[in-house]
Amino acid sequence: MTEKTAEAILESVEFNEDGYMVDPNAWTPQIAEAIARQEGIAELTEDHWKIIEFCRQRASESGAAPTLRQITSGTGISTKELFSLFPKGPAKKVAKIAGLGKPEGCV
Amino acid sequence: MADETRKIAFICSKGDLDMAYPALVMGWAALGNGIDVTIFFTFWGLDLVTKKRQDHLEISPIGNTSMKMSMMGLPTGNLGIPNWMAALPGMTAFTTWFMKKKIAEVGAPPVSEYLQMLVDGGAKLYGCKMTVDMMGLTKDDLVDGVIDIVTASDFMDMTEGAQIVFI
Repeated sequence: MTEKTAEAILESVEFNEDGYMVDPNAWTPQIAEAIARQEGIAELTEDHWKIIEFCRQRASESGAAPTLRQITSGTGISTKELFSLFPKGPAKKVAKIAGLGKPEGCV
Repeated sequence: MADETRKIAFICSKGDLDMAYPALVMGWAALGNGIDVTIFFTFWGLDLVTKKRQDHLEISPIGNTSMKMSMMGLPTGNLGIPNWMAALPGMTAFTTWFMKKKIAEVGAPPVSEYLQMLVDGGAKLYGCKMTVDMMGLTKDDLVDGVIDIVTASDFMDMTEGAQIVFI
């Protein structure tokens, strides 16, 4: 995906003032790729998708984006890996890319 | 300015169980938000990174005006734990056990595990030179996550431009 295609995809998506998608149901994997690109992640690997899918699943059950600790314990992906997959602020990045709101909870 | 990574540094100076958590919780939140985190452990705060001590931190009910019996589910309103009762043998063990239980209930891990999460997330931990000397400790007594033992002046140098939180 090029910068231009990413921009074109995101043009039709509605975000709140903090940069999270307003409607999680409007999310598509393509939108995730476009947001990831904007967040500095050029390509989403299998592990990225494992995390994204876990978060969407969790949010559909509880109504809230999971916290980092819930992600690591739920996916088996280590804290180190999580921080290298989504560098510089995984809590916000994962939630944004997964089309969810800000994670609720402190741990 | 927007491209510059925000930096935050915590000075942990207390070794009580309840005083260990603020830096852990806020440091973890900072890492999750892409903020650079440095933690300096000094005086009793060094217990948080001392192998023999970090999972044995305690909270005493003596002189603790915030710990109310109602926390334990008793219908006692604002009544604290009476001082004569707080001084009984085993009360510190009891309040420590109780606080650990409350902490676990919200999904927060024990101190050692929490600190390891912070290290894995990129937090930089340092021990205070004066405290280490005073307590007769060496770097071997501290957990692996501690990068080095540094002086207060080193800490000032390495936290230039950071927001500093003293706990």
